Amino acid sequence: MIRSLRVLLCLAVLASCALAQTNLNGAGATFPYPIYSKWFNEYHNEHSNIEINYQSIGSGGGIRQVQAGTVDFGASDGPMTDEQMAQSKVKVLHVPTVLGSVVPAYNIPGVSGDVKFTAEALAGIFLGKISKWNDKAIASVNPGVKFPDQNITVVHRSDGSGTTYIFTDYLSKVSQDWQGTVGKGTSVKWPVGLGGKGNEGVAGSIRQLPGSIGYIELIYALQNKIPFGIVQNSSKNFIKASLQSTTAAAVGVKMPADFRVSITNPPGKDAYPIASFTWLLIPTNPADANKGKILKDFLFWMLDKGQTMTEALSYAPLPKQVVDMEKAAVTKQVKP
Amino acid sequence: MANSASTPAPQAVSLGRRFANQGATAFAVSAAILVLVPLLAIFGYLVIKGIGSVNLAFLTQTPKPPGEVGGGMANAIVGTGLILAVASLIGLPLGIGSGIYLAEYGRNRFGDLIRFTADVLNGVPSIVIGIAAYSLVVVPQKHFSAFSGGIALGIMMIPTIARATEEMLLMVPNVVREAAYGLGIPKWRTTLSISLRTASAGVITGCMLAFARVAGETAPLLFTAFGNQFWNLKLNQPTAALSLQVFTYAISPYDDWHKQAWAGALILIFLIVVAVAAVRIVTSRGMLKGGA
Amino acid sequence: MNPSEPLGQLQKPVVAVPSLAQVGREPKTGVGSAILRKIRDTHPRSSRVPDAVFGVIILLSAISVFAIVVLVAWELIDKSRMSLHQFGIGFFYGHDWDPVNGAFGAVPFIYGTLVSSFLALLLAVPASIGVAVFVTEMCPLRLRAIISFLVELLAAIPSVIYGLWGIFVLAPLLREYVEPFLARTLGWTGFFTGPMYGLGMLAAGIIMAIMVVPVIASITREVMTAVPQNQREAVLALGATRWEMIRMGVLRNARIGIVGGIILGLGRALGETMAVTMVIGNRPEVARSLFAPGYTMASVIANEFTEATGDLYLSALVEIGLALFIVTLVVNALARLLVWSITGGTARVRG
Repeated sequence: MIRSLRVLLCLAVLASCALAQTNLNGAGATFPYPIYSKWFNEYHNEHSNIEINYQSIGSGGGIRQVQAGTVDFGASDGPMTDEQMAQSKVKVLHVPTVLGSVVPAYNIPGVSGDVKFTAEALAGIFLGKISKWNDKAIASVNPGVKFPDQNITVVHRSDGSGTTYIFTDYLSKVSQDWQGTVGKGTSVKWPVGLGGKGNEGVAGSIRQLPGSIGYIELIYALQNKIPFGIVQNSSKNFIKASLQSTTAAAVGVKMPADFRVSITNPPGKDAYPIASFTWLLIPTNPADANKGKILKDFLFWMLDKGQTMTEALSYAPLPKQVVDMEKAAVTKQVKP
Repeated sequence: MANSASTPAPQAVSLGRRFANQGATAFAVSAAILVLVPLLAIFGYLVIKGIGSVNLAFLTQTPKPPGEVGGGMANAIVGTGLILAVASLIGLPLGIGSGIYLAEYGRNRFGDLIRFTADVLNGVPSIVIGIAAYSLVVVPQKHFSAFSGGIALGIMMIPTIARATEEMLLMVPNVVREAAYGLGIPKWRTTLSISLRTASAGVITGCMLAFARVAGETAPLLFTAFGNQFWNLKLNQPTAALSLQVFTYAISPYDDWHKQAWAGALILIFLIVVAVAAVRIVTSRGMLKGGA
Repeated sequence: MNPSEPLGQLQKPVVAVPSLAQVGREPKTGVGSAILRKIRDTHPRSSRVPDAVFGVIILLSAISVFAIVVLVAWELIDKSRMSLHQFGIGFFYGHDWDPVNGAFGAVPFIYGTLVSSFLALLLAVPASIGVAVFVTEMCPLRLRAIISFLVELLAAIPSVIYGLWGIFVLAPLLREYVEPFLARTLGWTGFFTGPMYGLGMLAAGIIMAIMVVPVIASITREVMTAVPQNQREAVLALGATRWEMIRMGVLRNARIGIVGGIILGLGRALGETMAVTMVIGNRPEVARSLFAPGYTMASVIANEFTEATGDLYLSALVEIGLALFIVTLVVNALARLLVWSITGGTARVRG
């Protein structure tokens, strides 16, 4: 038995040597996890000796771990604050990857169609002020829908989340009440509700709990066939999240040089109000030059080939001028 | 034991006392049944929900991106094996060594301190060990790794193995040792070749119990092994693990992932049950005294 | 070695060795006899150096256990320094867990940990003692092995599998049948009111109870078997029924150890992480109703540790870890002392 163990050990060592794999590790947002997972899978199929391992632990985790240097890159849909950037020992460049939308997904017994939500209604629900599904604020904009007399169970994120950032950013813009009591951030003090871990956990909870509502990225609602609401935008139109409405949200946005921008509650009449860019946090001066080169190569791949894969997963590709800006920035700012 | 209890002549026992006696028996029996119901329920569900998804693809493939059906947990199974191998390299020598110390050298105050410390270590929540492993290994090394996961789990194995080793060595009669010394065998030889060999069955069972206990641990791996969707045999890279994968899939919304979570759980529990059952068979004489 | 020590689960009775000749002839030490001859021929008197080396190696392994615990404690204290400094003792009675505004108070987690553990004990203690009594005093001999094996199996199930079962089996069961029933019958107490999610404090308490039963049951069994037979016989001789014999002859003598077992179960419950995280609802708030979601000290660390942005946030989480470490240390130490006082110093206490 000892001999066969020894043989096995030798084989294992040889195997890992022969493979000569380069492993990169990234962590962060669950918002773009489906598309990132697809990208890293495809990239690995094209470059079989490179494995980019991405763990979706939440945007807060992405920011934290890239700062600590325990991962080669991070990912977040809530851009780092000025304070965080100043405090961080590892300087990063925010590289936008896709546009996505956060939708209010629900599980209302007896209601299978689309439900419209005004901004006030959403704020009221998540503040705990609107506690029943058949409340006036919801019913008045949904004539013809029979709401049950059931309590609303709010589901939010229990981990540090960029999706939370996007959603609370939106709520802060449309509701004074929200801005005053809760504010925006990757991890806030929720007035009501249960916590789920990751977009996955929140979607899972919504599916399990009748009468629940939560905020998740569009693809999670689509992949799991969870009905989601139509939200009223700043032009008073009710818009359903889709590729078109997400792209419309980014139209006319002035992209700053460091790429940190918010596009919630934009002016466009067809724009979906809760949309956002999501970013990869790329260290500008990576510790391992070889890995830095591979990562840079991946970024260019992502900006060309990767952008063609987004629509299948309901993420909107980046606007052309943003792509050009990014290529220039990555070439200039990210070493080697 | 006390099973020869017999109630004395009926007229000496009042109705109230007899009623209490019956009541207590009924309570104890129902407690036993009540305790076993969840056990059967859990195993039942594991088998029913998991067996359908344990197929060749599951056992040989790596996970697919979320939303795509298929893929498997092969890398998680291998990853668990890798982490446990590292854990054993730490837990076995330190555990057996401490056990030898406590039995052969430590029948004094210092030995008591070590014994107490081992019990303390046994009671430390696994999440706290995870925090310590993160600060001590992951942060300085600047990456998550199978190695740090193995360290965390190895630390948790030590107290169980140490106690088992100590107990089994204490069971070896002094006569045997004295005989060995009398023949001129040095202490170290006696301990290793005679005492430990005699106690080996019990020591091995202790090791297997420790193994079974840490195989299912998830919390410390959250911030050490971290997870990986690819194959990994390298110690200094993040690794998938069965327990981590079951956790991630269980809280996700994807039906396919739920099925795979049950399947992964079934495999995990199967490995653990095999270890525990083996322990029972080896110590079959100890069962009658109602050990644990 | 004390021959009257109670036999534990791992103990295999060693074949008696009445004569020196048999030592050489025993199959297990057959090789040993060859070694004996070899050693005798090669001057064992100069074995002092190897002995010393061996002794040092063994001592180092023992010390390593101590070193590890000290290292763990040190890391916890060191990394929570910032939070300790910032909040002081106020950390433990602050109600707010507000990462955005940098306010960290641990009360919701302490409350959640205590309530879920207390609920778990409330459910587990009667069940465990019942099982232990059944297995040691009432059960037919053949069943004893099977039942004790099955109870032990409960201890072997990993926490994450309990959580998996909790999410998909227990929570819907609670949500659809048990919680409405409790609300109807016991809702007036205030403990069973509010929206019924299935997930929440009640689910966490029930799962923890199942996980803690094997711990308490095994200790109770061990201390009950440690009670000498003459105690039972004495009570029986006075005309007691079986229950009275158990109560007065066994449980009364073993009660200190049983309390120790309960405290050990408490220690296990306090540190429980995965199963609780998966069913408790992850909401840092103090609520009276058991239907409400909650949060425990271990769960908040599991959920938020890898993403605590900001050093103060991380430090606050480590401080919770430190508090958990100290509490479980005290609880376990107390439990061991109580159990050892019944069974004698070296009895194995499975935790």
